Amino acid sequence: MTTIEGTKPAAARKHVQVVPEYIVEIVSDSGEGAQKAGQTLGAVSAKMGNGVWTVEIIPAEIKPPARSRAGASGIRVRIGASTVTNTGDEAHLVVALNEQVLYGRIDQQAYKAGTIVLLENKWAHDPRPEVRAEYAAAVAAFRAQGLDVREVPLEEACQKTAQDVRVGKNMFVLGLLCWITSRDLDKAMEEVAFVFGKKSQDVIKKNQDLVRAGHAFGEATLEQRFEIPPRRTDQKLLVLNGNQAIALGVMAAGIELVAMYPITPATSASHHLASAFHKVGGVVHQAEDEIAAIGFAIGASYAGKTACTITSGPGLALKTEFLGFAVMAEVPLVLVLVQRGGPSTGLPTKVEQGDLLASLYGQPGDTPKVILAPATIEECLHFRMPVMVLTDANLATGVQPIPRPAVDADWLAPPIDQSAWQNGVPAYDWDRDTGLSPRPIPGQRGGEYVLTGLAHTTNAKVAYDPDSNQLGCDMRSRKLAVFGESLKPPHVHGDPDGDLLVVGWGSTLGAIEEAVDRARGEGHRVSSVHLRFLSPLEPGLAQIFARFLRVMTIEINYSDAPGAPHGTAQNRRLAQLAAVLRERTLVDIDCWSNVAGQPIAPGRIHAELVRRLAAIKGGA
Amino acid sequence: MFCLKDDWELEVPDRYFTLEDYEGGAARWCPGCGDLAVLTAVQRLCRDEQLAPEKTVCVSGIGCSSRFPHYMKTYGFHGLHGRALPVACGVKSRRPDLKVFVATGDGDCCSIGAGHWIHAIRYNMDLVVMLFDNAVYGLTKNQTSPTSPVGLHTNTHPRGAWLPPLNPTAATLGFANVSFVAQTVDWHPAHLHAVLKAAYHHKGLSFVRILQRCPTYTSDVFAEMQKDAAQLLLLTGGDNPELDAATLRTFPNQRAHDSRDLDAARQVADQQLPMPVGVLYRNPDRLCYEEFTTVGLDMPVADKLAAVQREFDKFAV
Repeated sequence: MTTIEGTKPAAARKHVQVVPEYIVEIVSDSGEGAQKAGQTLGAVSAKMGNGVWTVEIIPAEIKPPARSRAGASGIRVRIGASTVTNTGDEAHLVVALNEQVLYGRIDQQAYKAGTIVLLENKWAHDPRPEVRAEYAAAVAAFRAQGLDVREVPLEEACQKTAQDVRVGKNMFVLGLLCWITSRDLDKAMEEVAFVFGKKSQDVIKKNQDLVRAGHAFGEATLEQRFEIPPRRTDQKLLVLNGNQAIALGVMAAGIELVAMYPITPATSASHHLASAFHKVGGVVHQAEDEIAAIGFAIGASYAGKTACTITSGPGLALKTEFLGFAVMAEVPLVLVLVQRGGPSTGLPTKVEQGDLLASLYGQPGDTPKVILAPATIEECLHFRMPVMVLTDANLATGVQPIPRPAVDADWLAPPIDQSAWQNGVPAYDWDRDTGLSPRPIPGQRGGEYVLTGLAHTTNAKVAYDPDSNQLGCDMRSRKLAVFGESLKPPHVHGDPDGDLLVVGWGSTLGAIEEAVDRARGEGHRVSSVHLRFLSPLEPGLAQIFARFLRVMTIEINYSDAPGAPHGTAQNRRLAQLAAVLRERTLVDIDCWSNVAGQPIAPGRIHAELVRRLAAIKGGA
Repeated sequence: MFCLKDDWELEVPDRYFTLEDYEGGAARWCPGCGDLAVLTAVQRLCRDEQLAPEKTVCVSGIGCSSRFPHYMKTYGFHGLHGRALPVACGVKSRRPDLKVFVATGDGDCCSIGAGHWIHAIRYNMDLVVMLFDNAVYGLTKNQTSPTSPVGLHTNTHPRGAWLPPLNPTAATLGFANVSFVAQTVDWHPAHLHAVLKAAYHHKGLSFVRILQRCPTYTSDVFAEMQKDAAQLLLLTGGDNPELDAATLRTFPNQRAHDSRDLDAARQVADQQLPMPVGVLYRNPDRLCYEEFTTVGLDMPVADKLAAVQREFDKFAV
């Protein structure tokens, strides 16, 4: 390292490059605290006014073997000068605490030629010859791929401050990254104090010292740093992840009971609720199993306190019978489904949008219900209805700044109606036009009835005659149609007509729109639509689709690749939204999807769009 | 000298409930079914306790006995097979003002819903849980249940049931936080009523196993016991209900039992002949889950709104 002797303050001697965005990763073995460091960096950046998106890199096991490719644990933080809506393409810089975990991320195309790798160099001096050999081979391989590998004595430097480097290095790395990305060190200190708020002052100070040491290490040893200018906004912002947003949404909706059973990646929403729900008069019930969780919630809803249950794919499978029951008996319920990779136990910590069809059709018989898909962390917070809410592992753990909603007393549930029931009105007094009916709540005198999952008459009496079941099914379906009339056609991002329309749902919003904008900037006639309502669908889709030459969905779930062995136009199994849209609109909708368990990067979407557009223009 | 205090008021109830106020649809159980006796006993109990029908909820699962709510004129919840207990706990969680009765069968509670059984006992919410134990699956037409005696001929074990039956009272007495376990029979209306009344007055989950005759499929299982009262052992003393002399005379076997002694209760529960009837165990000091689930029920809206705002501001930049 060379420095210029002189009187200028140290920082001014360094080269500061102003960039519109910067993507950093920390990759390590599990348990080294990379996620905490990254989330803190994201929060500091959001508080400085930058756009931010974080995504955790989580191995499936709690303690995978150290220094293994599959054990890569960590986090990506994308910091922008303007709003950031997705995880982005390749990272600009990665801090790696060992070389083996980097292989896994390279396989996932996380980096490009020129990506700076700050690699812990202690492995070069490891007493085990095979470790030294592996390290040397990795460094050579990474360099051969064009990565800008810089070997750094992280642990050695950290040891000067920390008693236990194994648990302290993450904060050291946070300080280093704060220097590299020109973060406000005072804000970083405040954030560390907040993150360790439950610990002693001594622990907080030790961690703050480590951040300062990492920052000083960057200052002393690195030549170049980056500055990402903040946005100008007068809006009040909140910084939180999707699961925290769901938890706040539950509180703001006046829901008083969440019944759940532990399941990844849905559990953290309950964690946040468990720590704060009592302060707003609510309770988290950890049930003995997934079935009991939804049963408990339905019991509370039946008694007048609309409740919520939170789960992920395998939990949904177990809740299926009760979900159908709630539809049949017309009990309100909020079911939040944080989707993960499937089928079966699948990829518990990874992202997928594979539960749409299971949500729509997973129950025996006809079970019309409302299904929503928030596309952003902000939307995770705002939806509040007796419905299924499908989020995914990407939204669940990503941290983002969002405008702070002004919570209104009207959002809170009113006290339950305990006035006398109107004489003679049956329990299912279906309005034949809308399917709607008032619901007696236990405690209402004169409203006594027996809720049943058996076919029933308007009086809630068990009925096996053909007309009663037909009427009940008609009425429940009509409710959904009437609800659909309250929806507006979706917004088209880009021009209202063109060569190609991309349709998406859920957490892919930002990546799709970024890719569409890039392609449009290159002169391509491509637009996108993002659906928030999947049942009923937002209206006017066929009319929107008709103004484009081709329509395709981009989803994170399974579809047969076109031209796969044994594939035909008839037997090709399509991505789930594509199948639903074809059924609803009779438009020949194509799809592009995968089950890699990763958020789809905008660059990959862009490349696919360009390929498709070329095919359309070529008359293919 | 007779006089009234100034603040004296005569409490005249504005409503008086008769048995008819609890009688729902005509029961469609088989003639001679023990469920009919339990239905009558519960209706009598509701009348005696003057429970407002709109404040009373009967929750059940699926099976013959789970038709119970349909025959009561209270609120009812005829749910899913095996799942009566989670629903009942959910009802109670935010509505401690409701009186909740649970009707469940031996298949419903001890087989498909066994997981919920264990945990509902542990939650110990203020419920009266009636296990209608007829030792067979009746609604699905004669299959072996977890309480079927060895050798019972059923459609799934036509050469006789293979496995020893599960003992519901002994099992329940092994679950954590158990607070009330009783046993009675459908063919002794006075004892049935007295035990259900004791269960109703216990705060916490009262688990009452009712030996219940199925005239269609298991008419033999309890026949001897019904004919020969010496096959029953009446538990007396402790938390057992006071029975009148005439009723006491119908039990040739009686034994004083300390229902606060869990070890004694377990010993009695293991006994099959004579079959113990009465309150096997009661502990009024067990923790009830409502202590936690009812938090904030009385929170004013303004306080709640302010608290929600504070939770949002924790994430403010």
